[in-house]
Amino acid sequence: MVKWYPTEDVQKVRVKRANKPARLRGGVSPGQILILLAGKHQGKRVAFLKQLESGLLLVTGPYKLNGVPLKRVPQAYTVPTSTKIDISGSDFSKVTDAYFAKEKENTKKTEEAFFAPKKEKKPFSDAKKAMQKSVDAGIVNKVADPVVKKYLKTKFRLRNGMFPHTLKF
Amino acid sequence: MAQARFVEIGRVAYVNFGPESGKLCVIVDVVDAKRALVDGPTTGVTRQQMPFSRISLTEFVLPVKRNQKSANVAKCFDEHEIIKKWNASHAGKHVASALRRASLTDFERFKLMVAQKKKSLLVKKEMKKIKPKH
Repeated sequence: MVKWYPTEDVQKVRVKRANKPARLRGGVSPGQILILLAGKHQGKRVAFLKQLESGLLLVTGPYKLNGVPLKRVPQAYTVPTSTKIDISGSDFSKVTDAYFAKEKENTKKTEEAFFAPKKEKKPFSDAKKAMQKSVDAGIVNKVADPVVKKYLKTKFRLRNGMFPHTLKF
Repeated sequence: MAQARFVEIGRVAYVNFGPESGKLCVIVDVVDAKRALVDGPTTGVTRQQMPFSRISLTEFVLPVKRNQKSANVAKCFDEHEIIKKWNASHAGKHVASALRRASLTDFERFKLMVAQKKKSLLVKKEMKKIKPKH
C-alpha cells in the first residue's frame, strides 16, 4: 500500500525539550584534582568544587598555590585524576553562574563615546577577592601533606615516552 | 656464548605479546623453524603452537619429555617452583616493575619525579667531589 499523504503539507509538531546540563563524567566528585587542558592555566592541577547549573565545573587552584582563581571550566577541557583532597571545610555555595556574569555598563552608543579614549580596566572587585580567600582557606589548611601542595603547584607535562592514551590518571 | 639460552624441550618462556602475553609457558615440542608447541597449565596457557617471535626464553629449563602430558608438565612446573624463581629473577623483576610503572597514577608519577630529582641531586653532589675541577 502506498503511504497516504495529506493534500497540503502539514508541519510536524516537534516537542522542544529543555537541554539537560552535561553529565558529570569520569567518576568526578567534589575535591577531585583535575588537570586543565586549555587556556591560560593549561597543565595546571586544580581542585574541583562542584558542577554549576550550566553544566560547567567550578574549580579553584587554590589561588595561593597555582594562581588559578574560582573559575568555570567546561568538562571537555579537563582530565580528572584519581587524587582527591578534602574540601568539606570550604563554603562555595554562594558561587553560581550568576557570580561570573559580566557587570553591565550603561553606555550609550554615541559618536563621542566611540572616539573617546578607552576606559581603564576595572580592578578585580574586593568582594570577589574575599570570596576567593574564604573558599581557599577551607581547602589549603586541610592539605597536610607538603607533597600534595607541591603537586598542585606543579604543572602537568608530557615528556618523551608518555602517551596520553596509555597513561593512567 | 657460554651463557646462551637455547630453545629446548622444557625451556620456560615468557610470552611478550599476543593473547597470552604476560604469561610463562614451557616449550614442549618444536613444530618448525618458526613455531614451538608450548604449554602452561598452571599459568593459564593452553597447549598451543606459539611463534618464537612472540616469546622470550628465560633462564629456566624443566626436565620435561617431548610432548609430555599437560598434567605432568604442571606437576614439574610446580615442583621446581618456577613462578617463585621467575619473580625473584632479574627479568621477572623487570617485567613486574614495568607493569607497575604503566599503572602509576598522575600523583604517583609526580612523587616518582620528585624522588628521582632528589636522587640525581645527591649523585651529582658526590660526583662533584670525585671529579677534578677544571
